Amino acid sequence: MVGAPRRYAPAMSWPFAREHAELRASIRSFVERELAPRADEWEAAGDFPDEVFRRMGELGYLGLSYPEKYGGGGGDYLCQIVLAEEMSGCGSGGVAMAVAVQTDMAVPPILKFGTEEQKRRYLVPAVKGEKIFCLGISEPDAGSDVAGIRTVAKKVEGGWVVNGQKLWITNGRRADCMTLVAKTDRDAGHHGISLFVVESTTPGFEVRRTLDKLGMHTSDTAEISFTDMFLPDDALLGREGEGFYNISWELQGERLVGAAGAIAGARRTLDAAVAYARQRETFGQAIGKHQAVRHMLAEVATEIEAARQLVYLAAWKVNRGEYPVREISMAKLLTGETAWKAADTAMQVFGGHGYAMESPIQRAWRDARLIRIGGGTDEIMRDVIGRMEGL
Amino acid sequence: MTGNERFAAVDARSHHALFSDEHEQLRAEVRLFVEKELLPHAPRWEKEEAFPREVFERLGELGLLGLKFSPRFGGEDDVVADAVVTEELARCGSGGVAAAIGAHKDLAALYLARFGTEDQQERWLRPSVEGRLIGGLALTEPDAGSDLAALRTSARRDGDDWILSGTKTFVTNGAWADFLIVGANTGSSSRDRDLTLFVLDPDAVGVSRRRIRMLGWRPSQTGEVHLDSVRIPDSHRLGEEGSGFYAIMRSLGWERLVMALGAVSGASLTYDIAKKYALARTAFGRPVAKFQVWRHRFAEMASKIEAARALTYSALRLVAEGEEAREQVAMAKLYSSRVALDVADECVQIHGGYGYVTEFSAERALRDARLGPIGGGTSEIMKEIIGRGLGI
Repeated sequence: MVGAPRRYAPAMSWPFAREHAELRASIRSFVERELAPRADEWEAAGDFPDEVFRRMGELGYLGLSYPEKYGGGGGDYLCQIVLAEEMSGCGSGGVAMAVAVQTDMAVPPILKFGTEEQKRRYLVPAVKGEKIFCLGISEPDAGSDVAGIRTVAKKVEGGWVVNGQKLWITNGRRADCMTLVAKTDRDAGHHGISLFVVESTTPGFEVRRTLDKLGMHTSDTAEISFTDMFLPDDALLGREGEGFYNISWELQGERLVGAAGAIAGARRTLDAAVAYARQRETFGQAIGKHQAVRHMLAEVATEIEAARQLVYLAAWKVNRGEYPVREISMAKLLTGETAWKAADTAMQVFGGHGYAMESPIQRAWRDARLIRIGGGTDEIMRDVIGRMEGL
Repeated sequence: MTGNERFAAVDARSHHALFSDEHEQLRAEVRLFVEKELLPHAPRWEKEEAFPREVFERLGELGLLGLKFSPRFGGEDDVVADAVVTEELARCGSGGVAAAIGAHKDLAALYLARFGTEDQQERWLRPSVEGRLIGGLALTEPDAGSDLAALRTSARRDGDDWILSGTKTFVTNGAWADFLIVGANTGSSSRDRDLTLFVLDPDAVGVSRRRIRMLGWRPSQTGEVHLDSVRIPDSHRLGEEGSGFYAIMRSLGWERLVMALGAVSGASLTYDIAKKYALARTAFGRPVAKFQVWRHRFAEMASKIEAARALTYSALRLVAEGEEAREQVAMAKLYSSRVALDVADECVQIHGGYGYVTEFSAERALRDARLGPIGGGTSEIMKEIIGRGLGI
């Protein structure tokens, strides 16, 4: 094989249309020009500026599939997949994750369950990037077991009083608002949970600390506590007692977008490893010409392609109005496993050059490890899938 | 656990973007045929290592052997419909029966449809589509498979005829085929211009053949074909002299895609059998399937089957759009055959002792699945193709 490397995946269109390709090109150009060049600097600082949200809002990227009347682009769901795939090129998992929390996790419940007033007050500025959102589900002792949360919202005259704490909150420090999951009836089990929209300036809302992590260094991950925090009645999002089901709906979008970003990131990591394998020589030939290395990369390329097609299948179903929990859970599980394997394989191909802290490979490796934990662990995914299979 | 029970799972096995309502209707019809006319006999055919040729006639009668061919031969020019037939036949309970039909419709008949003259198509393709003739493809030799340039069977001109000598092996349908497409070296100067295809009548003088007993695919009549100065008229030459290499290169993709489709479909059926058993069998007071380890192993299997299906369909879509999609097909074949083997092994494992005895279908599924990573180009060959696609 001589000449330029061919892309291992043919230029495939399904399930995307020409409009998606155009959108992809414009997001890619933004990511390459305005985000990727600053990734190293942001990683070193362990932070990135809020300005990124405003800039992306200005470009319309924070509301691609939201209705135009709220400032969105009026696109379909596949636009969100394109965004997630292209954001994986920014060179910093934390930046991509922070944006995804805004676009595909914390804000969608406002569109889906919010009142017109809430949409006007929160959705419109969120789409502009003027209000940054975080999502408050996990606690020190409860994550995917949402029914086990302990944060309580107690009904009082004219509103609610909230006490409790949340942990692992992406965007927690910088957020203007939180989509909060709290117990409104301790005895009602799954029916005793409700959603709220909370402004972080509310008295009693306190960011206790941010956490150091293995990867995702640019993302701020906070512990937040609520002490006798009063929320007015109109802070309730959706109907009282339906929060469990509503957040289960939210988790599907979170997982699918996470899967799309993860597998696109895995492809980029693989591309880097292939480029390196073409150029680095040992024993008189490029290491990619050593069959063991070539087959290792071919195998990962195949697993990436399989997981990617599964993501597309799930996204296509969502786009036509289905609610494909089974395929989404499968996509989340396989993309997590595959992205991790891809990153580790790339590390092996790069050798010492991948292990050095100046290398983007070690960062991809650290960032990729989160996918098997965040948004529901591999084990939770297997449990969900197993139960859907009737087991 | 997350309240998703109230949303019924959408079955990815149907309603996939590729298939129209007509395709789904076809699927239902073929499935019914397979369940009524093949599945009940599969255990006996496996034991006898043979199945009746009436199966081909019946398939021809039902119009299932030529859907991807032109309407002139009763087809619909529809590779997706043909793929549906392949998927459903893979559920017949015998990898060997499915493989024999595949070797006939997706190899022998395909070569005739692609490279045959009108006369040749009337003579062999039409009766093939009608199920009156059984065909096979004889390329592999004892010392050469995917390495086509190393094939040694020779064809030398003698007046208006050709004289062929050599040995072909692992020929599916080889032991009972009515005609075989044979690749032979016609000895021009350049390596990829050496190969020419011929249609061989196995009853011709100088042809001897024998069955090869195999670990799996037992009823498939796989054989070795020995050619000792066999005289073949030039009218049996398929395509131009020296065009064999390109013809094969163009057709290998479909063979691999068919194997991927069969692997996914077979894995899906094997999975269902394993799940049914795991729910029925109890240990320590509950169904084995309710132990978390098994629930998770089933979840992993189901996910990989679905990914294999999605990957294979992506390759099928490209092929249906007229692309060669070499890497995508190689990936589909590599991934699906591996998944099918892993699922079959898990199926044996969940059955315990019952998985190891021949009264149950699990061990048969495992033996049959083992061919996936070997036939149609090994997994190692697939990785070479994918690696080349990567530019390494």
